[in-house]
Amino acid sequence: MAELQFREAIRAAIDEEMAQDEDIFVMGEEVAEYDGAYKVTEGLLDKYGPKRMIDTPIAELGFAGIGVGAAMNGLRPIVEFMTFNFAVLAADQIINHASKIRYMTGGQIKIPIVFRGPNASAGQLSATHSVSYDAMYAHFPGLKVIYTSEPADAKGLLKSAIRDDNPVLFMESEQMYGLKGEVPDEDDFTIPIGKAKVKREGSDVTVVAHGKMYHVATQAANKLKEDGVEVEIIDPRTVKPLDMETIIKSIKKTNRCVIVDEAHPFGGLAAEVGYLIQREAFDYLDAPVQRVTLPDTSAPFAKNLFEEWFPSPKEVIDAVNSVTYRK
Amino acid sequence: MAKSKNGENVTFTPSGTAIRNNGKVERSTELPGTTNKKHKTLGFSEEDLLDIFREMYLQRRFEERAMQMYQKGKFGGFLHLFMGQEAISTGTVRALNDDDDIITAYRDHGWGLVRGVSPKEGMAELYGKVTGCSKGKGGSMHFANVKEHFWGGYGIVGGHIPLGGGIAFANKYKQNGRVTACFLGDGAVDQGAFHETLNMAQNWKLPCIFAIENNGYAMGTAVHRHSVGELVDRADGYGMKSAVVNGMDMFTVYDKMKEVAEDVRKNSEPWLLEIRTYRYRGHSMSDPMKYRSKEELETYQKMDPIERMKNYLLDEDIADQEKIDSIQDEVEEEVMEAIDFAEESEFPDKEHLYKDVFVEDDYPFHR
Ligand SMILES: Cc1ncc(C[n+]2csc(CCOP(=O)(O)OP(=O)(O)O)c2C)c(N)n1
Ligand SMILES: [Mg+2]
Repeated sequence: MAELQFREAIRAAIDEEMAQDEDIFVMGEEVAEYDGAYKVTEGLLDKYGPKRMIDTPIAELGFAGIGVGAAMNGLRPIVEFMTFNFAVLAADQIINHASKIRYMTGGQIKIPIVFRGPNASAGQLSATHSVSYDAMYAHFPGLKVIYTSEPADAKGLLKSAIRDDNPVLFMESEQMYGLKGEVPDEDDFTIPIGKAKVKREGSDVTVVAHGKMYHVATQAANKLKEDGVEVEIIDPRTVKPLDMETIIKSIKKTNRCVIVDEAHPFGGLAAEVGYLIQREAFDYLDAPVQRVTLPDTSAPFAKNLFEEWFPSPKEVIDAVNSVTYRK
Repeated sequence: MAKSKNGENVTFTPSGTAIRNNGKVERSTELPGTTNKKHKTLGFSEEDLLDIFREMYLQRRFEERAMQMYQKGKFGGFLHLFMGQEAISTGTVRALNDDDDIITAYRDHGWGLVRGVSPKEGMAELYGKVTGCSKGKGGSMHFANVKEHFWGGYGIVGGHIPLGGGIAFANKYKQNGRVTACFLGDGAVDQGAFHETLNMAQNWKLPCIFAIENNGYAMGTAVHRHSVGELVDRADGYGMKSAVVNGMDMFTVYDKMKEVAEDVRKNSEPWLLEIRTYRYRGHSMSDPMKYRSKEELETYQKMDPIERMKNYLLDEDIADQEKIDSIQDEVEEEVMEAIDFAEESEFPDKEHLYKDVFVEDDYPFHR
């Protein structure tokens, strides 16, 4: 095991894959000569040169589409968005093209592309820079969506994403890039796409949380433990395909569930998981499933409002108390 | 491109930042000449010039102090500083009528200050206080004063360019004679939204000035690395009138803007301006600036638009050093008062979280 920062784990995944496949290249804003806006791709220009580390203009629609076209024609692009908030400009290429071309052409074309970058909010950056997009992309057939919470998951899943022959959206967080974690240093460490992980075992309640919310859930679980409540935390890691089996298995044990999601409440991951739980485990539930999400309003700038807006450990604790009828 | 075995001579993006070009000043930010006209020819009184100097210095000092407060941890978020580009905002507002419309990107503090955002309201916005120009909801990137036709700063690169076109569209529709000035960075020129808007603006004869503030860089990427040829030449493809302007000299910006605004007003036809300038600070607050050289920065700082105005005042005997000092002291006091105001102001109440999402107050929010 080596202790790596999140950004180092991502870089290692890209580096290892690039080293063994010449068709992999990286493009995006500031990825090469600036070493990455968040230093994720630091040093890769020196190692792989300007043919494979490509700085793009601020033209998300164009470069995402050039990525899709290059993937159609045999390359394996890793397209970095400075954040997924800017990928909205590229949504036409991701949603109308990358996700559908194979289907429309009856399987003649494959599109092995990874779109990656930070998702959701990163402190007080106000409304246009703070949206969580994983569930939105998961809505569309033909896209795989990953949003990890820890360096080891990031490395293992990004390697799988790069090897995947389909379009994969791989999401990170500006606020997690410095986060350290143990990463297995076995030679070819990968994690299969579509497998959730039980990250903390507990018998009283199941908390489903991914991305940044995993850490919020962990803080809540530590507090709840002091009160004798044992929380089981499941990190889906992959949003689509979604590993409901692991979640349902846990609920059959705990009979209670809280979903924590850094998205707005309408039609998000929390909504989908909640629906599936009632379909698959209705008879096992001892309380209605609760969720902690962002409110139905955009990110405010003011610090106090932002803190109010952002899901907190306290909200998770309240939700756990509610499903365990402790308050 | 010739086929090569090892691919070594295959490249895509041109290189040539400080890293690979020893930070040489590139042609794309070469400045055209300045106007020779004196203030009287331009129609400015001595009193006007003192106001102009004051306003330019206010923009500078406001940001210098804001930067210090940011570094002290008084507020968070982004802080994109406008320093070095003040001649553009100052010259433009004087060339336009007060009810002409202005819209810009996130590097917007100077624009707010010249269009009726008081230093207090501006500083309070940076602090995220309810007394800020956008009630603390927007922060640094979203200064606005719509009452005085400043439609705000926008954070998605290129996103506001069609909005500028739309504001001009409404003005033409209503035949109210107002001109719109839409400012954008050199980086925004590469976005599709820019080209789509220019095409429609020309075809529909929208009364709009699209003005590129070419400050040499889009974040860490020099202009010639992100964009082909000269930015101003984009106008040719759309048959749009265009010009390149020296953005380090307030008189020059004013002179050209005045001429262009009159033409737009008279003929209801858009213009594309490339105003060449330089940003003194990093892109935002966390920028090691390895992509450019110190010499390059110094070259531009030697042409500082505020120093230039100050020297004009001194050379023309419009003000003596004492007068300059007293203006600067007044500005300093005003900025410090703004900081006190921001610090003493309240944060928005919790209810503001759900305010101004919709027009109505009783919208049933989803829970
Ligand atoms: C669509 C989009 N992509 C990327 C960004 C991140 N970003 C913010 S500013 C910027 C550089 C813009 O440069 P330029 O247009 O020259 O304006 P300047 O900062 O020089 O004023 C980038 C890449 C963004 N805000 N929006
Ligand atoms: Mg620029």
